[in-house]
Amino acid sequence: MLDKADGQIFTGNVRLVHAVGMHARPAVKLTKLAKKFQAQISVRVAGAAEWINAKSVVKIMAMRAARGSTIEIRASGSDAEVAVAALVDLIASDFPDGT
Amino acid sequence: MQVGATGLAYRGRTASIGFAHGPFVRVDADTNGERVAGNLAEEALALRAAIDTASGQIADLAGIAGGEAAQILEFQVALLEDEDFIEAIFASIGEGNAADVAWRSALDTQIADYNSAADEYLKARSSDLADLRDRVINILRGDGGQALEIPSGAVVCADDLPPSRFLEIDWSGGGGLALLRGSPTSHVAMLARARGIPMVVQLGAIPDVGATALLDGEGATLELDPSAEQVRLFEKRHESHRKSRASARAILRRPTASWRGERIKLLINIQRVDDLEHADAQYADGIGLMRTEFLLTEQGGLPDEETQLRAYDAVLRWADRRPVTIRTFDAGGDKPIAGFTRDGEANPFLGVRGLRLCLARPEIFAVQLRALARAAVHGNLKVMFPMVTSADELEAGRKLFSDVVQRLRAEGIAAMLPELGIMVEVPAAALAIASFKAGFFSIGSNDLAQYVLACDRSNGELAPLMDPLHPAVLELIARTAEHGRRAGISVSLCGDMAGDPRCLPALLNCGLRELSVNASALAQIKQTIDRLSGGGGLG
Repeated sequence: MLDKADGQIFTGNVRLVHAVGMHARPAVKLTKLAKKFQAQISVRVAGAAEWINAKSVVKIMAMRAARGSTIEIRASGSDAEVAVAALVDLIASDFPDGT
Repeated sequence: MQVGATGLAYRGRTASIGFAHGPFVRVDADTNGERVAGNLAEEALALRAAIDTASGQIADLAGIAGGEAAQILEFQVALLEDEDFIEAIFASIGEGNAADVAWRSALDTQIADYNSAADEYLKARSSDLADLRDRVINILRGDGGQALEIPSGAVVCADDLPPSRFLEIDWSGGGGLALLRGSPTSHVAMLARARGIPMVVQLGAIPDVGATALLDGEGATLELDPSAEQVRLFEKRHESHRKSRASARAILRRPTASWRGERIKLLINIQRVDDLEHADAQYADGIGLMRTEFLLTEQGGLPDEETQLRAYDAVLRWADRRPVTIRTFDAGGDKPIAGFTRDGEANPFLGVRGLRLCLARPEIFAVQLRALARAAVHGNLKVMFPMVTSADELEAGRKLFSDVVQRLRAEGIAAMLPELGIMVEVPAAALAIASFKAGFFSIGSNDLAQYVLACDRSNGELAPLMDPLHPAVLELIARTAEHGRRAGISVSLCGDMAGDPRCLPALLNCGLRELSVNASALAQIKQTIDRLSGGGGLG
């Protein structure tokens, strides 16, 4: 755990159930939601070497997360805990419309 | 591919069904036009302004188009708002590259990356990126924004057409779309289907000639400067398409389908309870396949007994006395479920899926069996197990089911063991069909074909090999039907083949008399059987 001025790092992980994996629409929804938070948020496919900025749609698409893979999320910053919970919920609920 | 000798005729792949006869218009993207670059600061400002203008244009388009189109354009907006991505382009300008060069290079890298993907869905997204690339470059050149001049009802031809340009065209007078490349899974194909605009893709090279065109979305053909004869044949196909849709609806209302004097039972497949709301569902002879995986993906984790019972009861109530065949959880393979299926199987289609998984997770399976045993009291319920390889698995499932019924009764809850059958989708099961003491068989032709032909059905590259009419597949279907006929056990088929009119003659000739299709295909299948019975061809 990093010793940052703004404190704790929050983490979560969730199974990607979307029929076609992390494609355009889910990626747009994910980055839109991530941008609502001040926290720095990173994601990766479980076990991948690199953490990816959850606010970059290009990088989220490049992650090529397939259906059934587990997505790890970590965030730091004032609203990090809420951010992780919101993103886990979005992915677990299969990116419902209107979010 | 050239298919005719009179006018020029080409064949591609269907992306959207329908017919268009109109002026032929090429809208190839312009590739020339140089712009003079300014200094670093001017270039950065130029790109910033172009991005803002593009964002505004796309937002306007999305506003006009609404719905699905707006969602498609959202991806482009998200890209323009991706700071990591845009910053890298400004960094490249800082290194001395012109705005358009830096922009193009960044977008081309992404496009090449998407195009190199094995996944057809991702490949199709590259046209969205090309759309955005060209829009910003046109703005930088100072010629962005003007709409395409397309006459009403035209057959528009392009290499590929990005969604935003599709939306700029006025389709209110009809027309069609003919793409030399393109993909049936692209965003623009989705838009064309939603608007009812015929669209054919992957036509290959077409000479830059032609004043009028005939586009047949069903036959996937494009004919240029057609002869009177070609026009006549085209109009005939168009007319018969129109009529067949109207008469299919009329035939649906007749009580039963029959072929050579034998009754053909037509049942429907449902994915979830809501599918029963389809207007044609009421005309079905029952439900041949109710999938239950939807219960596993709803919020709140694995479904409890009461939730499941409500779903099964709703379907039985709808069916009244008609039979309802419910398939137990068919998870695994390409249907992973958190907390249920196995992670990291090297070959999930050959892994712990279907009944194998349920037997390995009896605590989850028992909940479903309890709900089914309780529902069985309320209607004409049959239950089938998916992905069965050996008779022992069927017996193990039956044993669990019987135990569940006994336990429910001991608890004072009304329950009964419904009729039990199996899906025939593993070649071994089809070959050893007589070893199963099943109440009925339902052929799952999608998986059966995938296993017999050794072709992953999600791999588009194998599509030409993935032929359900391969003699080996038909042989297994015929053997299963023959066994059923001799032993007096009902055999149905619930895969995509049943809903494909081209497969119907083969299926009927194999001896099948029960087919289960999606409600939306019911009318066409009933009509096709009627036509085959009348001695006609497929028309």
